[in-house]
Amino acid sequence: MDLTNVLAAGVASGTVLLFAAIGEIFAERAGVLNLGVEGMMLLGAVAGFATGVATGDPWLGVLVAMLAGGLLSMIHAVMTISLRADQVVSGLALTFLGTGLARVLGEGVSSARNTALIPQVTVPILSDIPIIGDIFFTEQRAVVYIGYLLVPLAWYWINRTRPGLHLRAVGEYPAAADAQGIGVYRLRYLYVFIGGMLAGLAGATITLAISPGWFGDQTVNGRGWIAIGLVIFAQWSPLRAAFGALLFGAILRFIIDIQGVPSILAFANPFLAGRSSTFFLEMLPYLLVILAVVIGSREAARKRIGAPAALGRPFVRGERGT
Amino acid sequence: MTLSLEPRTDAPRWLSPALTVAAFIFALALSAVIIALVGGDPIRSYLHILGAAFGSVGVISDTLVKATPLILTGLACSLAFRMRLWNIGAEGQFLLGAWGASAVVLAPILPAGTPAIVVIPVMMLAGALAGGLWGFIPGILRARLGVSEIIVTLMLNYVALSWIQFWVFGPWSEGGFQQTDAFPREAWLPRLTDFATAVPGLGGLTVHLGLIFGIVCAAIMWVALERTRWGYEIRLIGDSPAAARYAGIDIKKKIVIVFVISGALAGLGGMSEVSGVVHRLQDHISPGYGFTAIIIAYLARFGPFRVVIASILFGALILAGREIQPQGIPAMIQGVILFSLILADVLVRYRIRFERRLATA
Repeated sequence: MDLTNVLAAGVASGTVLLFAAIGEIFAERAGVLNLGVEGMMLLGAVAGFATGVATGDPWLGVLVAMLAGGLLSMIHAVMTISLRADQVVSGLALTFLGTGLARVLGEGVSSARNTALIPQVTVPILSDIPIIGDIFFTEQRAVVYIGYLLVPLAWYWINRTRPGLHLRAVGEYPAAADAQGIGVYRLRYLYVFIGGMLAGLAGATITLAISPGWFGDQTVNGRGWIAIGLVIFAQWSPLRAAFGALLFGAILRFIIDIQGVPSILAFANPFLAGRSSTFFLEMLPYLLVILAVVIGSREAARKRIGAPAALGRPFVRGERGT
Repeated sequence: MTLSLEPRTDAPRWLSPALTVAAFIFALALSAVIIALVGGDPIRSYLHILGAAFGSVGVISDTLVKATPLILTGLACSLAFRMRLWNIGAEGQFLLGAWGASAVVLAPILPAGTPAIVVIPVMMLAGALAGGLWGFIPGILRARLGVSEIIVTLMLNYVALSWIQFWVFGPWSEGGFQQTDAFPREAWLPRLTDFATAVPGLGGLTVHLGLIFGIVCAAIMWVALERTRWGYEIRLIGDSPAAARYAGIDIKKKIVIVFVISGALAGLGGMSEVSGVVHRLQDHISPGYGFTAIIIAYLARFGPFRVVIASILFGALILAGREIQPQGIPAMIQGVILFSLILADVLVRYRIRFERRLATA
């Protein structure tokens, strides 16, 4: 087990969480909690893969996946923004619907295994940096680099631009934003849509790059929920989300890799594939998400920074209050 | 054109139940369209569900068997949701309950040969305790640290599944297979078919005592919620946390207690499933009962007796849905039903008006 290879694979696996978490950050920063990430990712995963298989063009697959995720998220947007339905319930319903739709569309796709995947790219110059170059810039799938670009871009957009200021205003104090002439409803729709597209991209990243193929519900296997947990851990910051995504990507990858090693430091590996103790390994990431969310909540409470103030609340024009 | 919502101040009493039923029918119609679009035959699918779920005494019994775990997990969700606690972890609590009950026989906690009159109550207790413990974790984290119970309960579902798999593949594995040894007869909940020697008509009917657990729990929960001070406080917290705080109710304590009871109900559901149906522990004992329970709680508007009825409907969908192609259809129908119910909620609370947009300054 070569450590740089393991870490490089961890970076790739973290990209999936990264896209989904940053998408959710956009939606939540606008004040809309969308618990449908798992469903949107599944739909994106199957739509992207099916398109890739049908056309042989993985990038077209990525595009279709993003559209599929974005369109699905619009149901949640109509329900919660226009109709003021409860965001928790609507988000759960979105996951049910997305999962069901993905399984229906995925019927028959599963057998078709081989398709062109998103190409691997080695970045010249950067890949020559010792260790870092091997981990981050050598033979990674092209989407991984898109992830690298997305993090600073999302951070800059939210914290340093005028539209980003509007986004934060809509999530923190929509009534004031509305008084300033900012279209609260319009912006919330927009960012929920962006969140959906990024979730779809996360799904396609799984099926067309990181672990190719369609395996029903197992394809996403809770990573949408992990991403939502990471948003709390990250306290709604794209930079911290990137850190969390890399960390959990590495953990998710590590528990796969360690099962293939016969011995660790001369001790027989208790987690060798096929042993029942591997199940403790499999529950590890989920336990760590709980730990991360606890840490995130504690820290947020201590520093008095919390969720966007209007998160979870419908905006009613002309009504006073948050 | 713009859409405006006016809060209703005078919603008639019949409106909510009428819209709930209408939403259910609307969801089935919408699902029919989707089934047709993906190349299925909706009418045949629905007739198939009807026949396969209610067509004879035998299949009605099968439907009730499927409804049993749904009733208990549905009650678990209803209780928590009534207080606006999002327990999305009934699935994991159900699995832990199944594990706890199995431990009584397989660990073993009671020696072999203990009579059923002792084994069954101990299994019930163990199942409820294990499920309650699984509910305690998100409860205490939410109450003490303000941690989102949604994430914690969801994550614990995955942990519970791995935990079950560890025991099923490892210490309790039956010769390397993915299941444990079958329980001895003393650990089986009585089924109707067990009395077929006395009453021949009961032969083959697999309805078991767990159904009674569900109905009794529904009755207890109704009394507790509607006729006691404790229940009044829970409803008050759900309707208006600020008023509850003002009234001096210890909300944090209630959060923990309600989560433990909720987990215990789901855990009892897990016990009833291993003891009444599967008679051993295996990793696929739940096709997502704990998730369907969320929709059931919504369809029932958190009413305990309505949970029983909604569970029977969904029991039918799960039972007959297994043979419907493509396989994702039942899951999709569940999603459509939940969205329709949300829509019905909106219509109960608001009058929707479409207005031509006026020229505003």
